[in-house]
Amino acid sequence: MTPMTLTEKILAQHAGRDAVGPGDNIWVDVDVLMTHDVCGPGTIGVFKQHFGKDAKVWDREKVVIVPDHYIFTADKMANRNVDVLREFVREQGLPYYYDVGTDQYKGVCHIALPEEGHTRPGEVLFGTDSHTCTAGAFGEFATGIGNTDAGFILGTGKLWVKVPPTMRFVFHGQLPPYLMAKDLILAVIGDIGCDGATYRAMEFDGDGVYALNIEERMTLCNMVIEAGGKNGIIAPDKVTLDYVNARNKHAKTYTMVHTDPGAKFIHEKVYDVTKLQPVVAKPHSPDNRAAVGEVRGTKLDRAYIGSCTGGKLTDFRAAAKILKDKSVKIDTFVVPATSEVASGLKSEKIGGQTLEEVFLSAGAKVGPPSCAACLGGPSDTFGRLNQPLSCISTTNRNFPGRMGHKEARVYLASPLTVAASALNGVITDPREYLE
Amino acid sequence: MQTTITGKAYVLGDNIDTDQIIPAQYLTFNPSIPEEYKQFGKYALSSVPPSQAGLPKGHVPFHTDDEFVSPYKIVVAGKNFGCGSSREHAPIALDAAGIEAVVAEFYARIFYRNSVNGGYLIPLECVERLCERVCTGDELRLDVVAHTLHNITTGERYELKPLGEVAPILEAGGIFPFARKSGMLKV
Repeated sequence: MTPMTLTEKILAQHAGRDAVGPGDNIWVDVDVLMTHDVCGPGTIGVFKQHFGKDAKVWDREKVVIVPDHYIFTADKMANRNVDVLREFVREQGLPYYYDVGTDQYKGVCHIALPEEGHTRPGEVLFGTDSHTCTAGAFGEFATGIGNTDAGFILGTGKLWVKVPPTMRFVFHGQLPPYLMAKDLILAVIGDIGCDGATYRAMEFDGDGVYALNIEERMTLCNMVIEAGGKNGIIAPDKVTLDYVNARNKHAKTYTMVHTDPGAKFIHEKVYDVTKLQPVVAKPHSPDNRAAVGEVRGTKLDRAYIGSCTGGKLTDFRAAAKILKDKSVKIDTFVVPATSEVASGLKSEKIGGQTLEEVFLSAGAKVGPPSCAACLGGPSDTFGRLNQPLSCISTTNRNFPGRMGHKEARVYLASPLTVAASALNGVITDPREYLE
Repeated sequence: MQTTITGKAYVLGDNIDTDQIIPAQYLTFNPSIPEEYKQFGKYALSSVPPSQAGLPKGHVPFHTDDEFVSPYKIVVAGKNFGCGSSREHAPIALDAAGIEAVVAEFYARIFYRNSVNGGYLIPLECVERLCERVCTGDELRLDVVAHTLHNITTGERYELKPLGEVAPILEAGGIFPFARKSGMLKV
């Protein structure tokens, strides 16, 4: 039998076929469909339009709804959209809904999914959000779709997929303390361009990847969409299983899948992580990479630490290491991705202070968990760039207008680089603050 | 699916992402409600930096501020059109603004899927880079079946790539009618 990549094998299994190859159009069975407050109302509208107003979703156990985008806002339309989700959940009797204003509230869907046990190796996950690819870190096929596709899945549990060819990125070596997964993925995107993986899967491999914790692996997979990738994926290992099994509350079964020896990759690139530098993506594209050394001293107005790619506990530990006992020079916003991360900020300590105390005593503002200013949002969104400011951010996208004002300038960087830059008010190499 | 489309071109460059097509603050409208669907037309392309809006000169508004529909019918763009988020509001905004087809070098995959599966507009790919050949305001005639574009203003004719495997979905009007027609969907 023709050897297949991890992505091809998962898709073949979900299409009931022995084998598939790049370019094949197949119908796959969906394990989990995720939606949120921005695309959920439209998805529900499509579902009702085509399946009828009394239709039921194909499988209540497989639908997860996570309001996360426009939560802490006075915007009436945004709040109305959460009401639409709530009503749908009630009407359908959906068990996995993380409602605003309750103990169940989570925050950013891509981090909420694994925390609540909705990501498992070998599965197929679709979500109405381009960063759904984050879940590839758990060894599953995960990708973003629109309302129409999601409405179709709600009624049928199936979707047609074109099997992507796989690009393989191998990282070797021990990651130096001044680098994070964000530096690795910005290096890759800088190399292949923001369209370099269009219609392709990006598989990450090598001892440099397996040495990363699960949150850093999520950062790697989260940003494959910034290269146009369909999905990012990392084969499951003990780190994956330890996390998944600890969270798999409903004891759902899953199958581990690995790339076959001899599988064909359309592109292969090997990196020695010890030779990489801290990098930023300059305005206005995630592929506009520069070594921090090349842009050191660039004046900034604001720093932002948050989002699905840069608002996890690992990200805040890194930032706190730099900010401890120091003061920021520019407005600095800290937004935990989820309520679990937020409670981690209150409980985890370094040098006798909680992470949150470190941030507050450095002069940063700490907001409630949500997507917040990563994608701009309503004008009262915490940290939104309402003026044409320069901002360094741990988020994942910096096209014009992404964080609010269309003439704002956004630099993407790791939490270490963002924290170091916040202390100086200019782009700063984190090595200046690390021993 | 319309087989011929005649109208004015609006020209854009490379990597026009979904935030430029429809900025996030307008995603609070629900496209399933017809009155709100119209609103997306009003804000379509409102985050394109002015110097890049309406090439080659730039600073050409897509429509005036209080209009829901644009005078342009066909967007001509460079590489990677529709990159960024998965928001279906992006092809919806162009559709609501009266855009019937986009001709780009190639598309980001989620935008392409959404355009086809929702049946909002026809995403065609050019063979040569047309965003530097066509000017905003040029009168174009697009023949979808013959995959050719005639620039009535300049007299030039350009070859486009055939629609290929998505043609039957566009012809059916989107993924739902396509799945019904093929027997995959019974409702």
